[in-house]
Amino acid sequence: MENLNLFIRSIFIDNMIFAYFLGMCSFLAVSKNVKTAFGLGIAVTFVLIVALPITWCINQYILQPGALSWLGEEYASADLSFLGLIMFIAVIAALVQMLEMIIEKYSPSLYNSLGIFLPLIAVNCAILGAVLFMQQREFPNAWTATVYGAGSGIGWLLAITCLAAIRERLSYSAVPKPLRGIGITFIITGLMGIAFMSFLGIKL
Amino acid sequence: MVNPLSKDNPVIVQVLGICSALAVTAQMEPAIVMTISVTAVLAFANVIISLLRKTIPNSIRIIVQLVVVAALVVIVDQVLKAYNYEVSKALSVFIGLIITNCILMGRLEAFALNNRPWPSFLDGIGNGLGYGIILIIVSFFRELFGSGTLFGYQVFPQWWYDAGYMNNGMMILPPMALIVVACIIWVHRIKNKDLQE
Repeated sequence: MENLNLFIRSIFIDNMIFAYFLGMCSFLAVSKNVKTAFGLGIAVTFVLIVALPITWCINQYILQPGALSWLGEEYASADLSFLGLIMFIAVIAALVQMLEMIIEKYSPSLYNSLGIFLPLIAVNCAILGAVLFMQQREFPNAWTATVYGAGSGIGWLLAITCLAAIRERLSYSAVPKPLRGIGITFIITGLMGIAFMSFLGIKL
Repeated sequence: MVNPLSKDNPVIVQVLGICSALAVTAQMEPAIVMTISVTAVLAFANVIISLLRKTIPNSIRIIVQLVVVAALVVIVDQVLKAYNYEVSKALSVFIGLIITNCILMGRLEAFALNNRPWPSFLDGIGNGLGYGIILIIVSFFRELFGSGTLFGYQVFPQWWYDAGYMNNGMMILPPMALIVVACIIWVHRIKNKDLQE
């Protein structure tokens, strides 16, 4: 029940885009058509689902103050938490490299349409952001962290797909000239954010 | 160094580094601390990468850049925790997220890899400030209309509130940041016709 609650919350209420603005760069740049946007969303969700349990274990058994006590008594006082950022970014970069190879092999068309944004998932703030939130909220076990990763990823996927659909329609409407392109996209994202805030009252 | 302030602004023209630009702008103070942190990290990362540019193999340059940036961010994070704990709490994960700030990767890739250290340093400062200007404008409007304060000091006199003026709670909420930035883009593009699409 706890986990289901967390899952729903991370999709709708703590949505990566609308509540924390994480992963905005690729969100704005790759949302020009639905198919590519959906592909990138799936890739981000996948990286999140795999990255969160791994980083949870790293945090739990290596980085936290006293986490090294399983090595023996003399390590119990070690505090490696300042190494967190570097280790997390290395894990994420390695995962993304792997994902890139998999997609290149099995879906060359998706690989071509994602272009430069595939390697850039490594520097997608949504992923590092989710990892840092996981560390901050001190989830009790790896399973909860995985659920949180899946929820955040699906929330991101939902947001980018919706925005792409709206932007495809937008080409038929008369937008004031200086607002065309990036300006109107910001406003739409803002309005979608306000719409998503109506989920705030939900409690499971 | 002056170019990134307006014509080539990293946030509203190149659309980089949006995440943190929006998330930390509910108040002025975190926004200014964020500006200083990003400018410092950007300037020094630019210099370091520029010094190393001939020795980094092309295939692993992204990892090298990430490690350099991550090391600098860890330093900034620890300094903030030591000297200004409240702001460090308010910025929460966003200091760590400087690592994945697209402005950094963008400038390192586009400028520092092909230029000498001194121009790279100036480029870093310029882009950091260009980013900061937007942060400061957005946080100015959000704090002024959202809570009626600037840097935590009351700006609107009490009799305004007695006469029925109310703070616009909407401005504090995340979506308004996007709309304020959109207005800045709008004004900026009316002035710079060549940027319009």
